[in-house]
Amino acid sequence: MTLGYPGSDLLTAVSIALPPGSFHFLTGPSGAGKTSLIKLCYGELAPNGGRVEIFGQDTATMSRDETARMRRRIGIVHQDCQFIDHLPLEENVALPLEVAGQKADSEALTELLSWVGLAGQARSLPPSLSGGERQRAALARAVIMSPDIILADEPTGNVDWDMSLKILKLLAELNRMGKTVLMATHDLNLIRAAKGLTPARVLRIQGRRLQLAGSDL
Amino acid sequence: MIARLGLLAPLFGGRTGADRVVPSTGPTALLTTLTAAAMAFLAVFALALSMATGRLADRWAGALARSATIRISAPADQIDRQTAKVLEVLEQTPGVEFARATTPDETRKLLEPWLGPDLPVEDLPLPKLVEVTESEAGFDAEGLKLRLAAEAPGAILDDHQRWRAPLVASAERIRTIGLLSLALISGATAAMITLAAQAALAANGQVIRALRLIGAEDRYIARAFVRRFTLRTLAGALAGTFAGALAIALMPAAAEEGGFLTGLGFQGLQWVWPLAIPALAAILAFAATRAAAFRVLRTVR
Repeated sequence: MTLGYPGSDLLTAVSIALPPGSFHFLTGPSGAGKTSLIKLCYGELAPNGGRVEIFGQDTATMSRDETARMRRRIGIVHQDCQFIDHLPLEENVALPLEVAGQKADSEALTELLSWVGLAGQARSLPPSLSGGERQRAALARAVIMSPDIILADEPTGNVDWDMSLKILKLLAELNRMGKTVLMATHDLNLIRAAKGLTPARVLRIQGRRLQLAGSDL
Repeated sequence: MIARLGLLAPLFGGRTGADRVVPSTGPTALLTTLTAAAMAFLAVFALALSMATGRLADRWAGALARSATIRISAPADQIDRQTAKVLEVLEQTPGVEFARATTPDETRKLLEPWLGPDLPVEDLPLPKLVEVTESEAGFDAEGLKLRLAAEAPGAILDDHQRWRAPLVASAERIRTIGLLSLALISGATAAMITLAAQAALAANGQVIRALRLIGAEDRYIARAFVRRFTLRTLAGALAGTFAGALAIALMPAAAEEGGFLTGLGFQGLQWVWPLAIPALAAILAFAATRAAAFRVLRTVR
């Protein structure tokens, strides 16, 4: 597929397939198009050429409601988290269930918040959380629907090294549970730290093209 | 139909999940309620104006349409004979229910405002007046005029058409203006609510993007805004309607001497009509907010 604006391509002839249960890092310099590629994956951006297929369906042919339902099967973690600031953390995390017409099980919700180490902040409002807490909360929200795919765009961009490792371990744990993970990061140290946590491939965007970087981890 | 009822159901349920996602305060909240209240207040007056002028037009068109006057101007030695002839002709005319000549006292009363009391009407060469009331079927005015010309040359039939027609037309026009005002008020209300809803949607861009990201369908997102604006408008319109109806109710009672102005208001079952204003305002808010919400949502993928 190709993505760009009139007169300038951002991504050219990109071809990628994410097999179920795989873990891919997506790396490249700032502005290379990592976020755009992630957005293409969940239909927020449409390619100028080629096509994006999610769960066997072309995103270009999906209606708005189909796109919404497709996103319920994808857990998305953004660098800026995108919370609803006036709702307590637990309600933010449970919102995907609410949106899908399901009821949140309070025990399961507490367990999920404990998994990301935020059980004590359940009633806190998102603006009162630290960067690392927000990232972990975003991860909890991304997995509450038990999605098939996790798309994480620089989830460690605003946190220190220890917290980055913690988030990486959570993603690796999800991958071991069978989830497909695509994680964009510019932090090569973090990619190296993943070695031994989970088998992963590293994709690199350079010169508007996507290439396999080095050997599998 | 059932699908449409389902569409409205979230409006009347408790506080829904979708409702919670939109912050409950904001400048648009007060603006919407106040606008709805002011518009409903004005709508009550426009409605009262329409109904009062409607009643007036009906009265002029109905009651006066069934009355006529015959004026007899003749030399003093002939006037009584011509008056008797006119009454005789009227008695034989189909469609005349009742006819009588005015008495000197009644003539004096009629002229009193202009010529003062104690007028010696018997000594003045005043025309005689005959008051005619038509039956439901009515009489043939042209035929009656011809007969009167032949048998009482001094008699002139005035069926009030000349002055009644413009009055009825004016009343009808004021009623139309009242209804047009209601339409304009409705349009202005819809425009204001659309603007307020668009402002609220723009201010909540982050909420909308977050909801789309986690898989919310457009109707889920729209529902939160639609419900909120509809209920705010309903509350404002109820207050405005109540205030308007109270102001109308406290106006002086309709009296014959007061004419049109003291008759401005509702009578009997007409008091039910203002109740339609809050309902109409809520329907307008529902439609306007829904259209605005879907228009804005289409710009967010």
